[in-house]
Amino acid sequence: MIGIVNYGAGNIFSLTAALERLNLSYGMINTETDFDLYDRIIIPGVGHAGTAMQKLRDTGLVSKIKSLTKPVLGICVGMQLLTNYSEEGNSLMLEIIPVQTLRFEEEICKKVPHMGWNQIYPNKDCPLFKNILPASYFYFVHSYFIEFNSKFTSAYCNYGIKFSASIQKNNFYGVQFHPEKSGEAGEMLLKNFAHL
Amino acid sequence: MEVPFGGFRGNLSKRIIPCLDVKDGRTVKGINFVDLRDAGDPVELAWQYSQQGADELVFLDITATHEKRKTTIEMVKSVARQINIPFTIGGGISELKDAEALLNAGADKISINSAAVRNPQLINDLAKAFGVQFVVLAVDTKHLETGDFVHLNGGRIATELQTQHWIKEAESRGAGEILLTSMDKDGTKSGFDNLLLKQINDMVSIPVIASGGAGSAQDFVDVFQKTNVDAALAASVFHYGEILIPELKQLLKNNHIEIRI
Repeated sequence: MIGIVNYGAGNIFSLTAALERLNLSYGMINTETDFDLYDRIIIPGVGHAGTAMQKLRDTGLVSKIKSLTKPVLGICVGMQLLTNYSEEGNSLMLEIIPVQTLRFEEEICKKVPHMGWNQIYPNKDCPLFKNILPASYFYFVHSYFIEFNSKFTSAYCNYGIKFSASIQKNNFYGVQFHPEKSGEAGEMLLKNFAHL
Repeated sequence: MEVPFGGFRGNLSKRIIPCLDVKDGRTVKGINFVDLRDAGDPVELAWQYSQQGADELVFLDITATHEKRKTTIEMVKSVARQINIPFTIGGGISELKDAEALLNAGADKISINSAAVRNPQLINDLAKAFGVQFVVLAVDTKHLETGDFVHLNGGRIATELQTQHWIKEAESRGAGEILLTSMDKDGTKSGFDNLLLKQINDMVSIPVIASGGAGSAQDFVDVFQKTNVDAALAASVFHYGEILIPELKQLLKNNHIEIRI
């Protein structure tokens, strides 16, 4: 069963709707002991990364999250929280995966936010992308991105520069796109996460 | 192979967006899919379009009374429960709490039009509360002798706002995307207003959705070849089955336009 960290950063209706369509049961995590009820954890997130991090700190769940050994999936800003630092609000993040969250430069990318369907190229051995073809399209909406890193990037995407569509370190996974809005490929990814 | 405007976009796909008018939670205007059980059910239509390969949907709510707008919220929830692509809802949003209710019901974006003209600060407030990615500014524009001007109420009411100025202002206030409808082209099926779209698109650094004038699949090829807009929206040509989305997307791909198939 999937536990969703409930820290007030953005709307999760679409995420829970997608889990329901896939018959994946879920519940909300509000306290440290709630983590024991679930074997998969999702950290959602929309909006400002600095604000989201502050909200997460306010829940008092940070040290528990950092100590988790179960599979954890951060989505969009939830992924950025896993990194060391974000330029958005010049904020320290959870420091779980040692990469940085940077802002897209308009001069390079022309249009910010990066909004729409873009192709991603996953590592063959990343279990999150099982049964998902290389160059599959996923839906992105973001103005900040995680730099490409040969060690921690598990799928990359191009938008003016090559950046991380997904990252992984041990049991911690993060995806920049919205699987709940990414058609069948996104649903496959959620299923893969549920069955890791 | 020549890739139009390649490079900085990476493989970001151009988006094809059907627009559905809804009233009291039901779709209006004739919709002519062969195997529809209920042509008035927005959820079923949305699902059909997502299966056909639509990249995104726009629902334009024309519900007249405030009381009936509760039905809109229920509709948005049903769509969000069952559809796995993003969607925008527009029409009648004039306060933060309208937008918040739609966000909580699962809408990915809201579009605002006349309320923003009357109260431009609304753009700032929405962007601050929910993020720029949530705020689409819809602009209905008409060409007059003295330039392009913003119109309200489906083109019936002229304003003194110059379209280009308004769009720049909206971008600086925090609009995350522009939905530009040419009232000169809307309903004519003579193609998108490519000159104006190119001019507007080159002026801003947020995504632009072209709207008004789509009559044939070639019109979509033209708008993506002659301008660098991010998306093209149409209603009746899709609803009446005059343009089938899978065939349209294949044509775009054959013309080397980045498109999700």
